Amino acid sequence: MSSEFVSQLEERAERRTLRMVAIEALGPLTMLGGVVWAIAQPYRVALFHPAGKGFYDWLVQPPLLVVGVGLLFAAVIVPGILEDLRGER
Amino acid sequence: MTPRAEIVHWLFATGFLLLGLILLAEAIVGQEVWRQRRWRAYLWPSLAFGIGVLLWPVSVFFTNSTLHMVAHASWAETAMISGGAQLAVVRGKLTSRWWTLAVSAAMLVSGMAFLIHEQNPWFFSRAAFLHHTLGWLLLAAAVFPVGQAIRPRAFVWRAGFAMTWVTVAVLLYCDRDVAPIFGHLSPLAGAPK
Repeated sequence: MSSEFVSQLEERAERRTLRMVAIEALGPLTMLGGVVWAIAQPYRVALFHPAGKGFYDWLVQPPLLVVGVGLLFAAVIVPGILEDLRGER
Repeated sequence: MTPRAEIVHWLFATGFLLLGLILLAEAIVGQEVWRQRRWRAYLWPSLAFGIGVLLWPVSVFFTNSTLHMVAHASWAETAMISGGAQLAVVRGKLTSRWWTLAVSAAMLVSGMAFLIHEQNPWFFSRAAFLHHTLGWLLLAAAVFPVGQAIRPRAFVWRAGFAMTWVTVAVLLYCDRDVAPIFGHLSPLAGAPK
């Protein structure tokens, strides 16, 4: 095998690994964003500031929605993508 | 017992955040990998179409002026048109890559609707500021689908398009019914809630 071919393969594998890391990071980073937001503005989470909160405030708590989106993405969409990326090898 | 406007905006922000993440993932892995599973190809066009459908009840039940209603209805129409066109592209009913321009047109119309229906200046209140920002953002970001039509594989256009929706989500999450923006709040806007 020529060294040029080997280095091409290595480069492609490295790019694939980078893509996998990026895809795996998207969900946790989103969740982290929600957690940081909840810490920075606890009054936007009814669980932390229950006084005077109505039905919709309990139903829709923006930082928790962000965490939920990250969780949904990581649990439902990411595993299939990683499997397909591994299958490309 | 209708929800406050800000709550409806946060719910739509959640939809746009998911849309942005899906588009970003597609941009990172490339279309070949992304379309290895058929259902994934339908994800973002379906989500865009669904957001359009859900905007209809908002425009009918939650708007307090004709101008507001027309603006919300135009967002509903354009989201459904762009989602529908992309669904047809994925299904193979439409074959030209130039159909991506339908998304650009939708973003231009939506951006214009934001700017036209916001009657107050930038620093009137947070909601006014966000309307102006969202309007100009959509107008500027309409270039990304054009770039995708010209160079479909280029990462920059796909990532830019994805990040536009993440930014839209962040801006919608920032919305409050009456709140100051950078310390400014017009007395005409009412008391902060």
